[in-house]
Amino acid sequence: MIPASFDYEVAESAEHAVSLLADHGDEAKLLAGGHSLIPMMRFRLAAPTVLVDVGRLDDLRYINSANGTISIGALTRHSELEHSALLAESCPMLASVAALVGDPAVRHRGTLGGTLAHSDPASDLPAAVLALGATIVARGPGGDREIAATDFFTGYFESALADDEMIVEVRVAASAGGWNYQKFNRRAQDWAIVGVAVAEGGAGVSLVNMGATPLRASAVEAAVAAGASAGDAAAVAADGLQPPTDLNADADYRRHLARVFTQRALKAAGVA
Amino acid sequence: MTMTDDPATHMGSHRLRREDPALLTGEAQFIDDMSLHGEIWVGIVRSTEAHATILGVDGRAALEIDGVTEVLSGADLAPLWGEGALPCAWPVTDDMRDPAHLPVATSVAKYVGDAVAVVLADSRYAAADGAAAVSVDYDPLPAVVDIEAAVAEGAPLVHEDLGTNESYTWPLIPDPKAVDAAFAGAAHVVSERYVQQRLIPAPMEPRGVIAAPGVANGELTLYSATQIPHILKVMTAVTLDIPEHKIRVVAPSVGGGFGCKLNVYAEEILCCALAMDRGVPVRWTEGRSEAATATIQGRGQVQHIELAADADGKVQAVRVKLLADMGAYLQLVTPGVPLLGAFLYHGCYDVAHYSFECTSVFTNKTPTDAYRGAGRPEATYAVERAMDSLAVAVGVTPEEIRSRNFIAADAFPYESCAELTFDSGDYQAVLDKAVAMADLESVRAEQAQRRADGSNRQIGVGLSSYVEMCGLAPSRVLASLNYGAGGWEAATVRVLPTAKVQVITGSTPHGQGHETSWSMIVADKLGIDPDDVDVLHSDTAISPTGLDTYGSRSLSVGGTAVFMATDKVLDKARLIAAHQLEANEDDLEYFDGAFQVKGTPTAAVPFAAIAFAAFTAHDLPDGMEPNLEAHVTYDPPNFTFPNGTHIAVVEVDTETGNVDIVDYVAVDDCGNQVNPMIVEGQVHGGVLQGAAQALYEDAVYNEDGQIVTVNLGDYLVPSAAEAPVYRVASHVTPSPTNPMGVKGIGEAGTIAATPAVINAVVDALRPTGVTDVTMPASPQTVWRAINEAQGGAS
Repeated sequence: MIPASFDYEVAESAEHAVSLLADHGDEAKLLAGGHSLIPMMRFRLAAPTVLVDVGRLDDLRYINSANGTISIGALTRHSELEHSALLAESCPMLASVAALVGDPAVRHRGTLGGTLAHSDPASDLPAAVLALGATIVARGPGGDREIAATDFFTGYFESALADDEMIVEVRVAASAGGWNYQKFNRRAQDWAIVGVAVAEGGAGVSLVNMGATPLRASAVEAAVAAGASAGDAAAVAADGLQPPTDLNADADYRRHLARVFTQRALKAAGVA
Repeated sequence: MTMTDDPATHMGSHRLRREDPALLTGEAQFIDDMSLHGEIWVGIVRSTEAHATILGVDGRAALEIDGVTEVLSGADLAPLWGEGALPCAWPVTDDMRDPAHLPVATSVAKYVGDAVAVVLADSRYAAADGAAAVSVDYDPLPAVVDIEAAVAEGAPLVHEDLGTNESYTWPLIPDPKAVDAAFAGAAHVVSERYVQQRLIPAPMEPRGVIAAPGVANGELTLYSATQIPHILKVMTAVTLDIPEHKIRVVAPSVGGGFGCKLNVYAEEILCCALAMDRGVPVRWTEGRSEAATATIQGRGQVQHIELAADADGKVQAVRVKLLADMGAYLQLVTPGVPLLGAFLYHGCYDVAHYSFECTSVFTNKTPTDAYRGAGRPEATYAVERAMDSLAVAVGVTPEEIRSRNFIAADAFPYESCAELTFDSGDYQAVLDKAVAMADLESVRAEQAQRRADGSNRQIGVGLSSYVEMCGLAPSRVLASLNYGAGGWEAATVRVLPTAKVQVITGSTPHGQGHETSWSMIVADKLGIDPDDVDVLHSDTAISPTGLDTYGSRSLSVGGTAVFMATDKVLDKARLIAAHQLEANEDDLEYFDGAFQVKGTPTAAVPFAAIAFAAFTAHDLPDGMEPNLEAHVTYDPPNFTFPNGTHIAVVEVDTETGNVDIVDYVAVDDCGNQVNPMIVEGQVHGGVLQGAAQALYEDAVYNEDGQIVTVNLGDYLVPSAAEAPVYRVASHVTPSPTNPMGVKGIGEAGTIAATPAVINAVVDALRPTGVTDVTMPASPQTVWRAINEAQGGAS
């Protein structure tokens, strides 16, 4: 439970962070809230030789709204999402999902950009962002680029970010339709064994911890669009998926849970 | 003695714990807060194999790391302890097999986590880096993981030289023929097999050790996060052949133990041996993942229990066969743990005939040892589960089957079929109170409705009536069980010249609140403020005699010693007062902090005046020694027998298998209560720990003997968010065993909760055909049980 030795740099700005990343290549990792990275370092599952601390970039902590688009700074804490009046009004699912991440200590440190960049398939907010059809803004040496959430999660703890890029903003459309998030876990602070996010009355459905990445449940979305009942739409939630087996759940049980919670989420979101 | 909520009388009041401000503000000093000049750090290389020959230890890469000074194999270290091996103090039978257990293995590693080499370094970080860099060459041997497989024909052997995996078989069968006859004539026979999974104790603070030598005089101070500084001192002296009077053991603030710090560990002996050899302080701090295998685990039994009952469900005989998992070695009291439950498999029921036999087995896993309740939770689980099965067989409610079998309130003192004398109790009154509080009538109506509706949220009710033996222990009884020490406790009450009081206790707290409770006892007897009483403990230089804290013994044995020492102080004070008042001592009464002549309040001597007079010694009775101080060593004449009934109400999501505890009622009889707030705290924590075994916790090993639950993400210690809303009450029958009438409460919740919760889960699932659920009843386990019962895929 002792991390390997590493160097530590404090980023003065997003640009500075990006230049430090460019200097150190894949030896470096960004440190934001640290509640995923530090435990991995203590278990020696991760051993970056340089940590670039972006946790003090307060200019990247904001939640704004303009022309029906909500823009959220990458360093915005989960607790700030949870308690945002703007989100409660315009994108309540994001606030609601943020309130279920970890425990209060984690939510006061953890950041939206950090959890997306970490790309843990068992995390809550990546799936929420996926169901909401968000856009992720990444800054690199050449400037900013926009990445659709559907293109962002590329593999197990892997994202479309280059080694010298950092997330600076997340944009979501103000949402209107019914929504729901179902998180099934054994202890309040644990990751989801299975989670299901439903946005826009079933137009956006995503699954947590059902594969190597957070997954868009396209078959469910299509069934809902075609007028299927919640039960019929949920029946296809796990089709073709290869969920993991771990101490909490074997793959067959996870598939079962995905169907159960997809049905519950769809019903709660207003799908009959 | 009266105990009231009157603030003028402290005993019986919800007095806040004086320990808490320092603990809550971070002022309290734990091992890891200390540092000693010149200290060196130990990093331990632990076996990654469950069973393997150690072909070689290569420390070259570790020695390249800045700060690493030495890499030592077990063979390198062997001269430091010579013939000395880690002690087992409880050879329960004369022919028990107790393999030599060295602090660091020399030739064969016997479990994942077994120490195989040691790194010395100048910092904890360097020690960890160094330990990770040591390369050990293993030649794997077949591992014995499952305890039933361990006793099968042809099983691989954990200890080749013993020729068997059995450590001992211990029977308690007063009249075998009567037991057989009862089963032959029984109208109902219940026969069940239960598995007690292994548990990781996981106290908030893992272990830590600093051994500091006094080179000039051959002295040694051992600082350890231990429950047992006194026992540790004796054992360190014996193991390392250091004169006992040269050793001082200090337990600073200790962050919980639950039994796992009731031991003499390899790291303690290792650090002491190195400190004496090198002449510098040597220290080690355990990591959380390291603790999963380096610290003892709890439970680990396969239980076979049979009840023979007549047509009305009255139990005539109980027959138990136990397989108990010792792990790879016998730690301090490993073999005795099953014996602490051996006398209680008939529970709180009036049963005539009894048969118990335990076979204890070596496996290639971390040693087991005492864990909160130690033997008694296992016993209670078996009999309380079986009683529910009997209730189903007879066709009555769980409360009715218990009522038909309870030891009657007028039967105490009660001679049990296992040859114990139960002190006091009113088990029916306790159960009636719990049933009323839980409003079982309404709960069962709701249950019936949901069953009728085919709801996917089924309700279940689980009862658990328990009795435990606490107040460890009468020394002569321990002798009859072959335990290597006594069961007494020591206390000194010392009145200072200004009438402030020091209490020195041999009972070593690690979270229980001794300072608060002991001060309340003394203050009430002396008629002074508890804040004027200091309580000293946990340092053998301050408190030289004691037998420490475990087995819910502190109040009923250690507290009684304090109570009796205070009486002795008062006896002497009375003589001084009589001398000063020129009165006969028999004419004096002690009231409101002063001695007065009965009926003459104007003639009074306050306690403060007596204290000062004892100090100046200017005018004491002829021949009286100066000062006011008394020492008592109290050996209890019997155990105490706390009891209670707990009721869990659960809701099971039959689609997911998820279990929620929606109500929890605990009614306990722990005798008189010194501080009901502390009693409630013990019940709350105990219940959650018991519920944790039922629903969450499991030390999971794979078939190769690799443990897979080595962090608190995988090993599911529940948090406050998972805790039920406890509804706690008491029913007091004072124990006649000791003058305060106290029994003990430290383990009650853990003992009662596990079967209550599982009985509730099984009750909820009864319509699905499920009759048993293995622990922990995780959502997946429950879901598969339902599927299996309904003939579907499991």
